[in-house]
Amino acid sequence: MSPRPGYVLEVDRSTPPLLMWHGESFRLERFPSGSRVVYPPEPLKPIEDPDAAIRAALENPLGDSAPLSALLRPGMRLTIAFDDVSLPLPPMRAPDVRQRVIEAVLDAAAAAGVDDVVLVAALALHRRMTEPELRHALGNRVYDAFAPHGLLTQHDAEDPDNLVHLGLTDAGEDVEINKRAATSDLVVYVNINLVAMDGGHKSVATGLASYRSLRHHHNVHTMVHSRSFMDQEHSELHSSNWRMGRMIAASGVKVFQIETTLNNNAFPDPFSFLSRREWEWSLRDRAGYLAASASLERTPDRIRRSIFHSMRAPMGLTSVQAGEVEAVHASTTANVYRQQLVPVEGQTDILTMGLPYICPYNVNSIMNPILVMCLGLGYFFNLYRGRPLVRPGGVLILSHPTPWAFDPVFHPSYIDFFEQVLAETTDPLEIEAKYEESFATDPWYVHLYRTGHAYHGVHPFYMWYWGAHALDHLGRVIIVGGDQAAVRRLGFRSASTLTDALEMAEDVVGRDPTITHIHNPPLFMADVT
Amino acid sequence: MKALVFERSLARFAAARVAGSWAPGGGARVGPLHLADVDPPELPGPGWRRITPLLSGICGSDLATVDGRSSRYFEPIVSFPFVPGHELVGHLEDQPSARVVIEPVLGCEARGIFPPCEACAVGDTGGCRHVAFGHLKPGLQTGFCADTGGGWSSSLVAHESQIHPVPEGLSDDDAVMVEPTACGVHAALAAGPVSDATVAVLGSGTLGLTTLAALRRLALPGHLISSAKYPEQRRWARELGADEVVAPDGIARAVRRSTRSLAAGRVLTGGADVVVDCVGSAESIATAVAVVRPRGRVVLAGMPGVVRLDLTPLWHREVQLVGAYAYGVEHLPGRPADTASDPDLPDPGRSGSLPRTFHLALELVAEAGLGRLVGARYPLDRFTEALTHAAEAGRRGTVKVVFDLRPETRRPAWRNA
Repeated sequence: MSPRPGYVLEVDRSTPPLLMWHGESFRLERFPSGSRVVYPPEPLKPIEDPDAAIRAALENPLGDSAPLSALLRPGMRLTIAFDDVSLPLPPMRAPDVRQRVIEAVLDAAAAAGVDDVVLVAALALHRRMTEPELRHALGNRVYDAFAPHGLLTQHDAEDPDNLVHLGLTDAGEDVEINKRAATSDLVVYVNINLVAMDGGHKSVATGLASYRSLRHHHNVHTMVHSRSFMDQEHSELHSSNWRMGRMIAASGVKVFQIETTLNNNAFPDPFSFLSRREWEWSLRDRAGYLAASASLERTPDRIRRSIFHSMRAPMGLTSVQAGEVEAVHASTTANVYRQQLVPVEGQTDILTMGLPYICPYNVNSIMNPILVMCLGLGYFFNLYRGRPLVRPGGVLILSHPTPWAFDPVFHPSYIDFFEQVLAETTDPLEIEAKYEESFATDPWYVHLYRTGHAYHGVHPFYMWYWGAHALDHLGRVIIVGGDQAAVRRLGFRSASTLTDALEMAEDVVGRDPTITHIHNPPLFMADVT
Repeated sequence: MKALVFERSLARFAAARVAGSWAPGGGARVGPLHLADVDPPELPGPGWRRITPLLSGICGSDLATVDGRSSRYFEPIVSFPFVPGHELVGHLEDQPSARVVIEPVLGCEARGIFPPCEACAVGDTGGCRHVAFGHLKPGLQTGFCADTGGGWSSSLVAHESQIHPVPEGLSDDDAVMVEPTACGVHAALAAGPVSDATVAVLGSGTLGLTTLAALRRLALPGHLISSAKYPEQRRWARELGADEVVAPDGIARAVRRSTRSLAAGRVLTGGADVVVDCVGSAESIATAVAVVRPRGRVVLAGMPGVVRLDLTPLWHREVQLVGAYAYGVEHLPGRPADTASDPDLPDPGRSGSLPRTFHLALELVAEAGLGRLVGARYPLDRFTEALTHAAEAGRRGTVKVVFDLRPETRRPAWRNA
């Protein structure tokens, strides 16, 4: 039986309470009759033999690229760049798809007699990955073969000796990328495409770029003019990356792009009820929900966090394509849409969403309030094509505990951003003009980014910009069950229950509003007409 | 006359200490302070005038005294029983239209000591060497001397050398803020030359805020960071000139970021050029020493008492730790002393060629509108409420609490506490 597509439910009296994520827990909420609930499509059937599919993709490239084996020769410099710990979410069960792809590429390189091979984690301004994270992504065999010899590196966007300025795009954007990659005979980029924004020219132009280069598209103007940044046809972020990518290609850097898509089988067995539609919950699902809720309630925060972050998704590979960047990405995008697109008719006055415990930037860490904002107003709000799910001036209701808590190792600049910058203003433009540069060039943050496991000093700014389009679009944001002081600092309203939040929303959108709830994750993208 | 009198009573002092540790200001109920009918103080000699207080402020040092927290250091330099109150505006008893503020320090001239000590000779009365001598009983200031009375009463005496006329344009609220502002001015100028420097001010009570205002207007630092615990304090700190206002536990991060310092563990490798501690607790002094740069300066403006402190960073970073008590005369940055005024022209605000702190404070209060910091007024007989309020002022959104000793007809009823 083929998997069912996404579904829009209209709530009536017979609709059971619906599951809402709430950080490291979840709750069941009743929605008013007439509310819409958008469910993701069921997981696509995975490819049965992923290794064979990968090998086939390498030898049958898309676009004007030669097969990988034809691009490899003895004495060449080969750099294999790969997506970092921010993908996929949750981390997938071993073997990670990056491991499968990189092993296949290394086999091909070995067969061709290529000796000079370096692996680079394409961090951009993300934190450096830890050894267990690298081992999980690459597998022990690859890690042990490369890491001890210094051949497994992590891109350093602040290392002046390992960056090359390739020039300017037609729009005057600096293109500055990793020197090893730029001076290689071939860059093989290994991507995981979880959402439509990922991949394509963004892989190299962002993942291997410097702050000087990134600032041209990671800014408020670009974000407000990307409607949405998940929709390539209407994304200024996409356009800028494409200009840069083409410039990189024109300057002689040869990229062989390998992109993969995964199905949305995001939760392992004990938590499989999270992916099911509530009225179809079996006795086992109900028991699973009750057992999980009851035990999580009694579990201390730290342990609860570690339980969730140790979760490994049983995702399956749904496609792999390799070759020339743009041709590859066109195929990838079609495969992402095949899994994620759900047609939705019309906008809504109030959009509700439960936010889970994880986003791309808090893997193995705390979802701090800035990341709550980014996940809700940046990622989930932008998971649309056509028009936002919520109307202009509408209300967004998020459910998340939003603790005033930060990971001082991973997110040191976030603490200062939250306590000093947001205490002054939440206006993205003002924040960008007044504070970005001083954080971006702060020597302490630079030191921690380069030598520790800290996100770059400017990263919390990008998180805030990520939500700029939503801030510009919405009339009010309400967080249910959040720490009141933290929510206030974000500039949002706080409500203790969903019912209270819906009442508060009526002040903005009037009585009898239309309500839409997105049952997310697993991820989907609304195709709003 | 009615007066709040502070008696010497070890038992009551101990009770106040216990009560004050339970609830700030609680010492007022059980301690040595009580409301009494007493005779007005005698005029100690020629040059002394009788003052009728109008408003009289409650200071942090008063609260420490009431709650039994003040250091035993003061024992030999105060005399009992005394009437507290050294922040005051009043009028001369024989000239009701002549409003005055008094400079409470009891220097050589007030004590009838001639020739004056070296400090008093140049107007630096805060540094007087004869603080417990002369024809007055010991007492470093009016408000701590058995012979002078104090502002928490309906009458006290002050020497002409202590008296400053209040300009017409100043309200009573402005005038009662002159003394705390003078403390702020002195603390700000004790920071030394700070133009283009980063200065951090710890605490945003009355002293912290007046220090901020003085720094912003007289010392002109490059970047001024303030720590404030409560929302209203944050608002005031910003309004009075702080470039950045952070919570007390955020000061190290703010200083690190604004000075672009690195951090080795919790130790900043750089830091603020000057830190003015307007709190005076062990914690605030430790913070001050931790966030000042190597060879920087910490100005201790808040009254500290007995504190336990690790001085290793002070030693290692060769930090200067300087006190800032009261007032006298000031060296204004960028203005050489000998050109500050024309010595041939009489100037009541100057001692020799240097401006008096009180004179600068009078100007600053007017310029910055510091009378707005007076947030609650109590009659003398509600002193326990007043002291409790003052002890919790920040939490209750108030900066300065005062006793209102004006006759009913002079009080704006809507502004009473």
